[in-house]
Amino acid sequence: MTKVTLTVNGRSMSGEAEGRTLLSSFLRDTLGLTGTHVGCDTSQCGACVVHVDGLAMKSCTVLAQDVNGASVTTIEGMANADGSLGRVQQAFQDHHGLQCGFCTPGMVMSAAALLAENPKPTEAEIRHHLEGNICRCTGYHNIVKAVLAASGQDVSGLGVAAE
Amino acid sequence: MPMDGGIGASTKRREDLRFLTGNGRYTDDINLRGQLYAHFLRSQVAHGRITAIDTADAAAMPGVVRIFTGADFEGVGGLPCGWQVTDKHGQPMQEPAHPVLAQGKVRHVGDPIAVVVAETAEQARDAAEAIVVDIDELPAVVDMKAALAADAPKVHDDLTSNLCYDWGFVEENKGAVDAAFSAAAHVTTLELVNQRLVANPMEPRVAVGDYDPWNDMSTLYTTSQNPHVIRLLMGAFVLGIPEHKLRVVAPDVGGGFGSKIFHYAEEAFCTFAARQLKKPVKWTSSRSEAFMSDAHGRDHVTRIELALDADNNFTAIRTETYANMGAYLSTFAPSVPTWLHGTLMAGNYKTPVIYVNVKAVFTNTVPVDAYRGAGRPEATFQLERLIDKAARELGVSPVDLRRQNFIQPDQFPYATPVAVEYDTGNYDATMDKMLELADYAGFDARAAESAKAGKLRGFGIAHYIEACGIAPSNLVGQLGARAGLYESATVRVNATGSISVFTGSHSHGQGHETTFAQVVSEMIGIDAGQVEIVHGDTSNTPMGMGTYGSRSLAVGGSALVRATNKIIAKAKKIAAHLLEAAEADIELKDGKFSVAGTDKSVDWAGVTLAAYVPHNYPLESLEPGLEETAFYDPSNFTYPAGAYGCEVELDPETGKVTILNFTAADDFGNVVNPMIVEGQVHGGLAQGIGQAMLEACAYDADGQLLTGSYMDYAMPRADDVPAYTVDHSCVTPCTHNPLGVKGCGEAGAIGSPPAVVNAVIDALHRGGHTHVTHIDMPVSPSRVWAAMQAK
Repeated sequence: MTKVTLTVNGRSMSGEAEGRTLLSSFLRDTLGLTGTHVGCDTSQCGACVVHVDGLAMKSCTVLAQDVNGASVTTIEGMANADGSLGRVQQAFQDHHGLQCGFCTPGMVMSAAALLAENPKPTEAEIRHHLEGNICRCTGYHNIVKAVLAASGQDVSGLGVAAE
Repeated sequence: MPMDGGIGASTKRREDLRFLTGNGRYTDDINLRGQLYAHFLRSQVAHGRITAIDTADAAAMPGVVRIFTGADFEGVGGLPCGWQVTDKHGQPMQEPAHPVLAQGKVRHVGDPIAVVVAETAEQARDAAEAIVVDIDELPAVVDMKAALAADAPKVHDDLTSNLCYDWGFVEENKGAVDAAFSAAAHVTTLELVNQRLVANPMEPRVAVGDYDPWNDMSTLYTTSQNPHVIRLLMGAFVLGIPEHKLRVVAPDVGGGFGSKIFHYAEEAFCTFAARQLKKPVKWTSSRSEAFMSDAHGRDHVTRIELALDADNNFTAIRTETYANMGAYLSTFAPSVPTWLHGTLMAGNYKTPVIYVNVKAVFTNTVPVDAYRGAGRPEATFQLERLIDKAARELGVSPVDLRRQNFIQPDQFPYATPVAVEYDTGNYDATMDKMLELADYAGFDARAAESAKAGKLRGFGIAHYIEACGIAPSNLVGQLGARAGLYESATVRVNATGSISVFTGSHSHGQGHETTFAQVVSEMIGIDAGQVEIVHGDTSNTPMGMGTYGSRSLAVGGSALVRATNKIIAKAKKIAAHLLEAAEADIELKDGKFSVAGTDKSVDWAGVTLAAYVPHNYPLESLEPGLEETAFYDPSNFTYPAGAYGCEVELDPETGKVTILNFTAADDFGNVVNPMIVEGQVHGGLAQGIGQAMLEACAYDADGQLLTGSYMDYAMPRADDVPAYTVDHSCVTPCTHNPLGVKGCGEAGAIGSPPAVVNAVIDALHRGGHTHVTHIDMPVSPSRVWAAMQAK
């Protein structure tokens, strides 16, 4: 066991980790931050995406010991300072971009990373970027819509929903 | 305009706040003090006899508390099957034992053999690797027809064969059907496979068992769509724990799609082990385990025939289906290829006679049970592919052939020849709407543009019907269900007027906390924020059957309406007393009780306070308090229907198919929250398109699971699916439930696979590849390309 210290959502947090302990398990089981989810064991589903030193990563592909000292942002750190939903989170609620909520933390973290590097992505760019995040509930339509909306773009052209 | 937060409003979901901030409470987020961890050692072979299990080395490893094997469960019941199908000779199906842990034999890859319980999850996993299991491998049966050969290895030694049942429906109609085929002017025949799928909710299954010896109270936290059903099945049939000593909690559940209906061995194990060890025991499935232990879906092989007269009227349908049960009978498995499939073979059409034969077969594979749509996608796929093939053979439009044979609006209620009565519908209306939204009229021009670019464009049509809102208990009882299928609600009005609703339905993504509150808000005329929806815990919700089969609003919502009406009736009595008026003169509007024709009124909170502080109250004739429970047992199924259109472009050089547009025009009856309904359709479409284009669960000839992870099983991703055009403006309200609702959860997964495949065949025919009459799903580039070359 080795002591691992991270700055998580701006707070210094530490715990003991085995050499094999994944960052996802360390966040969930050691630090008690259960917002990060684990939906597979082959780094395919993306439910566990967090930001490590500003980069989106699947936290199940990272050993906790290897990121000792890093700054990590999880879904628990995405709300505004006053506790209200952040821009991407709010767009997901406004456009029904989630149903069961299980893939949602990874989706929000991936979407936020996309918008940080590409503030006005096209629909195709959003779909391509989210290729590493699997959702089984929404059919992706409203996730794409939410990301477009979060980027300040018009969403009326995406399919036609009759009122 | 609907009232804000009332019926018909696209109210944003209240549950999103916790899900979007990482504050959902899923089962794996639950950690109890002193909790131990279970790791299942599973069979790596499909079929074999266990000759020895040596746990000595494993038991000595760090942190190991105890190792369980099948021997520990000899006095314990097996996992029960909830539906008994009777075969065409009137005999009950063959029903094998399903032990919690394997006893004597393993019957599929993933069959649990032993469980290590240790202080940490890692210790349990490490120790499981040190268990030595000797298995004499036996030949496995994977292919269903091979499994029925006289000399096939038997999955269960004590059964007479691998045939679970041979079902005929309606057996008495067989002669009439055969006669109609003899007299037919044209017969269209199609052989097809509805491939095995894995449901894959993104949250893997989890179970946490807990035991309080001082109160002899067991609690199971589990990823379930129906906690009361699990309590009943596990308590009564497996572990012998009476209901009042067993609590089952299904907290936030990360999707189900059917796979979390069933009672699984891991739930029984964790509850059992917690009682034995007097400590909480937790199991969290890995995705790899999920692929070999969650019930799979579909897996039918069918030959279907359509008889038509000289005027292209459908005169009969005849089918023969082989349905894979896997190695054991999962909870509701026998009902899926029979009562959830045969009863839908009429589709939207006036075919006068139908005969459906289904042979259910045991194989050395993971058990198969309901997956989104459950039987209805299989029926729809056969029928809608077959009609398209018939239209092509007859040289008529697939739209016209369907329209000509549609049940007409003035024919409802319509009794089909397969034992169900459709209450209402208008299939031309949904067809018109879909064709309009999809700009079908402009298709030929778009196809010409594609042709200029060397691509083949095709348009595929499907019209589906499904039976939702399951189900009338007396009817399903006659059909072999070992359960009732009512739903329940308790409405507890609090003293200050806020309301707590306890529902037997269970939300695992459907948004009940929002929509059920909209219903109560509309009925009473108070703000939806005043209404809390509680679900998922047997200790505080009335006995309910849970959520599946698009039943929550149609059945659970009806129970909620009924309980709320009881509340309103009692509140009016209280209001009449307070206003010194006759009860018949009291009107409730916008949360206020008034005496008709006067300005006398009392508001909602005034009445509720009087109910709980009954100082001025008719105590001699009315009990204090304001709380009512209702159970609702539907008198019929509901019958959502819709027209789906899929437009594809096919690259003839590679066989790659791209879906350009997908249009869905559904009739769901009345709609409570349009935003949520559209989301349900989107999700269903992606699962149906996934089945049509990408997904397949594959075994090799020895029963090895070839698709055991997301590296091998192709889940649809954001760039695999199009933006969808969805519409629910065609409304024929359900005639027999109070909200007039039909259900929308499965439609997308039912209607889309035939639309996609029909579009691919259409593209190929437009490109001159007229020899291709069918391609089995998934229509991968290699299959399309091979079909093009196979002249």
